[in-house]
Formats: sequence, C-alpha cells, structure tokens
Amino acid sequence: MSAVALKLTGVTRVHGKGAGEVHALRGVDLEVRRGEMVAVMGPSGSGKSTLLHLAGGLDTATSGRVEVAGRDVGSAGARERAALRRKHIGYVFQDFNLVPALTARENVMVPLELDGMPARRAREHARVALAEVGMEDMGARFPDDMSGGQAQRVAIARALVGTRGLLLADEPTGALDSVTGEAVLRVLRARVEAGAAGVLVTHDARHAAWADRTVFLRDGLLVDGTTAAPSAESLLAGAAATGGHAADDPDDGVAGAGR
Amino acid sequence: MSVRHALLVLLSERPMHGYQLRQEFERRTGGTWPLNIGQAYSTLSRLERDGLVAPVGSDDPDAPETYRLTDDGTEQARSWWDTPVDRGTPARDELAIKLALAVTVRVDGKPVDVPAIVQRQRTATMTVLRDLTRLKREAGDDLAWSLVLDSLVFAAEAEIRWLDHVEASVVRAARQHPERAEQGAPAPSSATARKTADRKGATR
Ligand SMILES: Nc1ncnc2c1ncn2[C@@H]1O[C@H](COP(=O)(O)OP(=O)(O)O)[C@@H](O)[C@H]1O
Ligand SMILES: [Mg+2]
Repeated sequence: MSAVALKLTGVTRVHGKGAGEVHALRGVDLEVRRGEMVAVMGPSGSGKSTLLHLAGGLDTATSGRVEVAGRDVGSAGARERAALRRKHIGYVFQDFNLVPALTARENVMVPLELDGMPARRAREHARVALAEVGMEDMGARFPDDMSGGQAQRVAIARALVGTRGLLLADEPTGALDSVTGEAVLRVLRARVEAGAAGVLVTHDARHAAWADRTVFLRDGLLVDGTTAAPSAESLLAGAAATGGHAADDPDDGVAGAGR
Repeated sequence: MSVRHALLVLLSERPMHGYQLRQEFERRTGGTWPLNIGQAYSTLSRLERDGLVAPVGSDDPDAPETYRLTDDGTEQARSWWDTPVDRGTPARDELAIKLALAVTVRVDGKPVDVPAIVQRQRTATMTVLRDLTRLKREAGDDLAWSLVLDSLVFAAEAEIRWLDHVEASVVRAARQHPERAEQGAPAPSSATARKTADRKGATR
C-alpha cells in the first residue's frame, strides 16, 4: 500500500454560483503519510470541514485532485467511493452523526457489518473500540440517553473501529472535558503510531500539539509557515537583532529566567 | 529568579559541592535550564563572599570543596519561599519587541508584512508545543519534571493565543484606518477582515 494515505493537489471547492459564490478552499496542496498525524487549525469558516469532507469522499472538489490510498476519489464512482469510505476511512463528524435508532455498540458495529464482517466478530471489535474511549459500560445505551461527551466518544469509537488507514476527525474533542479529550487524543495517536494516517481539525493548540505537524487555513488558503514570503523577515532582521534575552546577570545564565 | 536562590534552597537540604549542586538542579528541573559547572562554582564563590554559604572543610586535600548554608544563608533560602517572584519588570521579550517594531517600522517606505511574521512564529511555536507535548506524554509520574513541562506548555499556548490576537488586531486596525491601511497588513478583502477579526471568539 502507498505510503501516502491522503494527497490533495490544487484542490478548490466553490459553493454556490455568481454573486453568492463562496470559495471554501482555494488551491490547497496537502500530503499525509501513513504513521503521520497532521493538525488543521484555522478560524471558523476558513474551510476546515470542507477539507475533511473532500478527504473523506463526502464532497467533490470543484477542481484539483483528491487521492486516498493512491486512488483518485473524484473520478471514483459512487459505489467505489462508498467502499473506500468503509474500508479505508474513519470519520469523526463535528456533530457526531450517530444513528438514533441504534445502541452505542450497534452504531460502532455499522461500518464493519456493512463491510461483511460477521456480527459476532463485529461485536467484539466494537467492545474493544468502546473500551478504548472509556465507554465499555455504555454499549447498550441509545444516543438520546447520552451526554454530548458520551455521544462524541461513541462517534470516535465508530471511526476508530477496525483497521482503517485514514482517520479524519473534525473537532473530536469539542464536547469533551480536558481529561477525556486527552484520552481520545491518546487513542488517535496510538492508531497513528500503529501505521494509520490522521487528520485532526481543532481550535485548540494544545490538542494540535499531539500531531506531528500543524497546517493553518485562512480563507480557504493553506499556510504552513514555510510558504509565507521570506522578505519581511529579512527586512526585519536588523530590528530584531536589537532585542535580546535578559540573560546578562552573571548569576542569571539560566536561559529565559525572569528576575 | 536566579541560580543563587536555587543553590541556596538545595543546600538547605544538605551540604554539597558544586558538581552535586549542578546535578541536583538539573535533575529536579528536568534539565530544562542547563547550568554549566563554571556557573555553579562562580555562584558558590559569590555566595561565600556574601557570607551565605561556608566551606565545610575536609581532611582530603583532593576532595572538591563542600559547602553548607550559614545562618544568613538559611534565612535567605526561607525568605525566597516566602516572597512572590517579581513579575513586575518583565524580562525583555524579543518577540513582543519584534512585533511592536513590525507594526511601526517602514523599510524603504513599505510596511512590514506582519501576518507573514505572525504565521512563521505560529508555526515555530506550534513545533515547540508539539515537542513539549511529546515529552509530557513520556514524562510518566515524575512530578517535578511534569510541572516544569506544564509551565512551558502554558507559556507556548499563551504565545499562540497572543499571536492570534496580534493578527486580528492588525487586520482590524487596517480596516478602521484604511488611509493607513498599509500598516503591517496587506489590504484584506472585507470578508478576510471580518473572519479574522471574529476568530478570537471562535478559537476559545
Ligand atoms: N454547503 C455549503 N453551501 C454554501 N457555503 C458553504 C457550504 N459549506 C460550507 N460553506 C462555506 O464555506 C466556507 C468554509 O466552511 P467550512 O469548511 O465549514 O469552515 P470551517 O469548518 O473551517 O468552519 C464558509 O464560508 C461556509 O459558509
Ligand atoms: Mg467546521
């Protein structure tokens, strides 16, 4: 299997037509390899969810190319896309998207059963995945009887269940307290260490710090800090050189210490 | 803060020589602020000059000099615990100075590209935060080390929030004073300005 799990090349997504046209993504290039976790940060409306929808085969680019595990998602037929989503992609939606008529365990089992796994094995996988997010005792609960945080953990278990190579999470820690949020990041991280690729959309720098690198979206443009024009910094270098650290006290060589 | 106080409180546990002090300091703070051996000894000799420590003395002429606290030294160590650390006069912060200059300095009549500087810094600080987070994951139950890491994590996070604030403020200023629009921000479309200005609410 290709080492590149996700590749976006010149991806543009325009919603609407004419005066109401919204350029949600503008020429985005992004590559995520197996064993790598990339965080996407950016203000509300900057295109984060759009990027994830395209990566997950849930939306089609206006132009540009989206490849998952080496396959062009844009040119794939509906059936092939659905198979790709089931087998290769684990998706945590910003608003959970649990099936209300199914229990927590059944929700987690859905993608496995769709893929033809026998119920008994699917149930065992679901049990493990629920335990990973601390929901082992909640398997029989329905979404309506869960708190937002619990529903989110079930949604995460559903995305992580089985052995999918590309994990896409849209603000998965949003409804979770900080300890649970960290537990979820730990699970995501473990999957990535085991060879999956991860894309984590988040507002929280401390959560983004769990990723190997962070890219930033601004108005549909992706900036990674290395693409910005270098001119300003070289112009400023002279000015910056006049500011120094306060490490000049002989007893104070401890770098960065105040006094 | 100074190395002086750190050495005084370490000596309040037991007498030590310079090398031991350096080791203890680094061990207890996770090696985050390396202390070189020359610095340990020069600080010790200033402490001795000021009557805060005294050599213990030894029969072995080759043994390194071991120091203990004097009564004055014990008093100083105690008063360090009792006194809040002075945050009133902040250390010179290169980043704050750099950005303060960036929004006012013109080079060849042109404003400096502040958003580009902010973005580069944000990426660099995110990298630091990522490395700290990695260390924290591996820190296990070493409480002292873990708390030092937390302090650095909070500082990096605060810096990222401040960078967001700088960017939003620059864009807002450019919008409110279009005649000075070139001040640091490439003239944004009104949509850009609105979204960037709204971001603070969205990120928290
Ligand atoms: N289905 C849609 N129709 C029209 N505009 C949309 C649609 N989906 C997203 N947008 C617009 O595209 C931009 C990016 O949205 P989104 O990707 O949801 O941003 P984010 O997740 O970063 O908040 C926003 O301006 C949003 O209003
Ligand atoms: Mg979104």
